[in-house]
Order: sequence, then C-alpha cells, then structure tokens
Amino acid sequence: MEPKVLPSFQSGSSLAVSAKKRKKWNVDQWLSFAFILPSIIAVAVFVYGFIAWSGYVSLSNWNSLVPDLSFAGLKNYLFLFKDFRFQADLRNTLFFTLFFILAVLFMGLLLAVFLDQKIRGESLFRNIFFFPMALSFIVTGVIWQWLLNPATGVNLFLKKFGLDSLWYTSVTVIPGIQWSKIQFGIPIAVIAVVIAAAWQMTGFSVAMYLAGLRAIPEEIREAARMDGATEFQIYRKIIFPMVAPITVSVVIIMAHISLKIFDLIYAMTGPGANFVTDVPGVYMFETTFRGNYYANGAAISIIMLLSVAIFIVPYLISSRKGES
Amino acid sequence: MAIRTVSRTILYLLLILLSLFYLMPVYVMLITSLKPLDQISLSEMWQLPHSLDFSSYQLAFEKLAPNFMNSIYLVIPATLLSALLGSLNGYVLSKWKFRGSDWIFTALLFGMFIPYQSILIPLIQFLREAGLYNTIPGLIFVHVVYGIPITTLMFRNFYASIPEEMIESAKIDGAGIFKIYQHIIIPLSITGFVVVGIWQFTNIWNEFLFAVTITTSSQQPIMVALQNLSGSQIVQWNVQMAGALLAALPTLLVYIFLGKFFVKGLLAGSVKG
Repeated sequence: MEPKVLPSFQSGSSLAVSAKKRKKWNVDQWLSFAFILPSIIAVAVFVYGFIAWSGYVSLSNWNSLVPDLSFAGLKNYLFLFKDFRFQADLRNTLFFTLFFILAVLFMGLLLAVFLDQKIRGESLFRNIFFFPMALSFIVTGVIWQWLLNPATGVNLFLKKFGLDSLWYTSVTVIPGIQWSKIQFGIPIAVIAVVIAAAWQMTGFSVAMYLAGLRAIPEEIREAARMDGATEFQIYRKIIFPMVAPITVSVVIIMAHISLKIFDLIYAMTGPGANFVTDVPGVYMFETTFRGNYYANGAAISIIMLLSVAIFIVPYLISSRKGES
Repeated sequence: MAIRTVSRTILYLLLILLSLFYLMPVYVMLITSLKPLDQISLSEMWQLPHSLDFSSYQLAFEKLAPNFMNSIYLVIPATLLSALLGSLNGYVLSKWKFRGSDWIFTALLFGMFIPYQSILIPLIQFLREAGLYNTIPGLIFVHVVYGIPITTLMFRNFYASIPEEMIESAKIDGAGIFKIYQHIIIPLSITGFVVVGIWQFTNIWNEFLFAVTITTSSQQPIMVALQNLSGSQIVQWNVQMAGALLAALPTLLVYIFLGKFFVKGLLAGSVKG
C-alpha cells in the first residue's frame, strides 16, 4: 500500500478494462447495466430526486401542517440569514468544525506516531483509542453530558485547580463582537461538544495515519539515519510530507461529519441557552418536525447540503480522475 | 542508550495517560451505573460504589428492552439486504464495467456524503404514501436504499483485488455474468461480507436521525429510547448510564471480537487520499 493511495480505492482492474471501455455496448454491457439498474433508479429517485424536491419545498410557502407548495421565492432563505438562531448556528458550526478538525488531526497524528514506535502492547493501546468509534453519537452524548455536567462531572476535579467552568451551559462567547444580531466569537459551550466529538472520532484519524505510516518502507528511514538525520528530522522532513495526502482525506471526512452533525449535540446539549450549541442539523429537525415550518426546514437542509458539497464534490471528482 | 531509555519511558507514560483519558468515560459510566441513586452525588462522582447495585440495570432493561428488540428486527434484515445489494453493484462496477459506469459509480458515491436532512421531508411524504411510515420495514427500506453508496464502494474495492484473469477465463469457458457471480465471486466474498456486514450493523444500530423522524413510541429503535430516557423530569444518572451501556453493548461486542474488520471498513469508507 502506497501512502498516497489509501487502501481501498485502487481499482486493479482498470487497466484490463480500459481497452474495452471505448467500444459500443454489447450484450454483456446491457446485462451488467440491467444488474445495477435498480440501485441506479433508487439513488436517482431517493437521493437526487428528493434533493430536488427539498429544494422545491425550500422555495415554497409550506410553513404549517398543511402543505402549501405555492412559490415563495427566496423568502425562507432571506428569513434564515436574518434569523438570530440561524446566525448563531453558522457561528457555532464554523468554530465547531474548526476546533473539531484541529483536535482530530493533532491527536490522530500524535497517537499514530506514538503507536508507530514499535511499542509493547500496541494492539491494546490501539483498541483503547479506536473503540469509541463503535459507539453511537447518542451514547457518547449521554455519557459526556454527565461527565461535563456543570454541577458534577469533571468540574469537581477542575475546581480543585481553581477552574470553575460551566462548560456546555455557559453562554459566554469569546470575544463576543456584535455582528448582525449575534455575538460573534467562540462560544465556550461549543468547546465541550468538541471534546466529546473528538473523543469519539480521533480513532478514525489514528487509523488513517497509522496505515499511512506503516506503508512507508523502513529502508527510507534507515537511509535517512545513515545520512545522520535525527528521528525528529526524519519525521519532519520525510514522514510528515509523505502522509500529507492523508491529512486532506481526514479533513474532508471530518468536515462533512461536522457540517451535518445532529445526534451528538441533540443528545448532549440541545440548542442551549441563547443557542450557544445549536447547529443547523438541530434547528432543521426542531423547526420541521416540532414546529411544522417545512419550508424553513427544507431551506436549512439545502444550505447544509451545499456546505457539504463544497468539500465533497471536488473530492469525488479528483478521486475519479486519480483512478482512471 | 540512556537517552533512549528516558524517551521510551516518557513515551509509555504519555500513552498510558492518554489511554486513561480515553477510558475515563467508560469508567465513570460503569461506576455510575452500579450505584443506587442516593449515592450519585457531587462528591462521590469519581468514587467506586460502596457495594454493587444492579437495580439501575433492571430499570434500564425494563424501559429499553422493547426498543432493543426493535433495533434487532431492524438491523439484521437491513444489514443483510444492503450487503447483498452492495455486493451485486460492486461486482458489476468492478468486473463488468461499461461505458459511463465509472461516472455512475461517482454519482452513487455522492449519496453517502449528503446530510440526510436534505432528503428527509420528501422521504417522510413518500413513506406515508407507501404506508411504511412509523414501521420497522419502513426503516429497513430507508437503510437499504441509503446504504447503497457505501456498500457498493466497499465491495467494488474489495472485488478489485480479484484477478481479472479469473473472470476472463470463466468467460471463455462460456460462463455469463450471473454464473461467474454465483460460482467465482460469492465464494471469494466472505471477508467482504464480514467487513460490510459489520460496518452496516454498527451504522444502522447507532443511527438516530431516520429513527427519530420515521418512527414513534412503540416502533422506535434503541437509540431514540435512550435519548428519551434523559427527557424525563428527574434525570436518574445511574439508569441513564446503565441504558447507555445496554445500547452500546452490541456494537461494542462486535468491535471487541471483530475489531480488525471494523477498522478495515472504516478505512474503506474514506474513498481515497
């Protein structure tokens, strides 16, 4: 496995097939198309068709229990961008995504480098860092809600050091510059959610980086050592540049998880006072299914989709090109 | 050599400290779940229980058992069906490519990254029309359909490692697309089915958004019921923690016994670097 290509997207068969690909369809090709046709139709309808339908709903007046699909133009979008709650959501998503990705990258690389030192009990350590990924965000949310509970939890521990934190119930936003309707800055409560999310997802980046580190042939390190490079230099000058493409993958995967996050926050903090931990996923759920503002909810979901697509579409297209 | 010993010691020390951090939530969950309610106080949060008390497990089990069973009825058929479908698609998209099939594949993949909120309103309208709203079969259907991209991706990558020559020589012998699938591909797919099966099992078991919007009360899977536990007036933390452990147990067990395949699936889901 080369470090530049992750284990599983290589297509060993593309060479053999490429010669045939140019030809017109024969019976075999019609048959194989028929094989996957049900899946193509399902995805065409349930992914692309439904996205289009959501887009249509987001441009309608359907903001009550009774469907009203009359055309409203961009009214719902304009409402959202002026809405205190949605502005808070954008701020929270921005800082949540930023800190979450940084935490996952830093801890992932650190732990992967540690685990790569031919240590004893490696598989035990690896399992300790990986197992949270097998949990549901709901389970994680429930546990960390208890751990970071301002009245109990880690705070009792921190109080001994003179730190008195409100964690996810804090409404403080640092530095809190007035911007449109909201205080712009880093909400303290978001940090609490980042800790829980990073605790769960670090294993992913550890696994990715470790796979990358393991793919670097030992001879390269040996050669560098021969030339008198220190271990630190080997990592900085040789290893880290070689695993850089993995960082791109991890950032994209984590960004798309973070932009559509819902269950962790819903289970752990909910929207929070002043919406300090609210995110578009929670707002969409509550306004659509609790408040019956379907058109507003659809507009939120389309904004979420577009924000994810900014990361994912170039990634998919470059994967496609890299393969053929 | 002395420097090496010191740095090794520091390395192990750091690893142990970080391990303790990652295990801390489990420790707190376990000790809290084994305490009676009156022992759950600020000052005793980190202390071991005076004596083991399993009453919170009994309470959590009473409340969650029906939903636990709902999740079982959901996860088994949904996992099997989506793995089968993924295997079929992966086979065609790796071994029977046709003009444009690579673009179809990329278009399928997009479906695994979308925020499901963006299809949720039409989906619920559709399920109501089809009479599948608020039913377990409805949820199974949803997970199979939205599982197509990831299972196809995993199987396509898995089948890429099967040599082209095997397929070619079978074709020369007169075997068609279905015969080759049945006699060559399926017998070689065991690992693929295990990896994809574990992946789908974990994801479907842990899923929340579809579960909470498509089902109500008696049809709800375990994660919704766990979330509802905290919605009650007085939060009984010991019952909550026992419930969290019960809800997490199936996927944790899968991880403990089949973790190697779980990590394989994890890496397979990352498309490429």
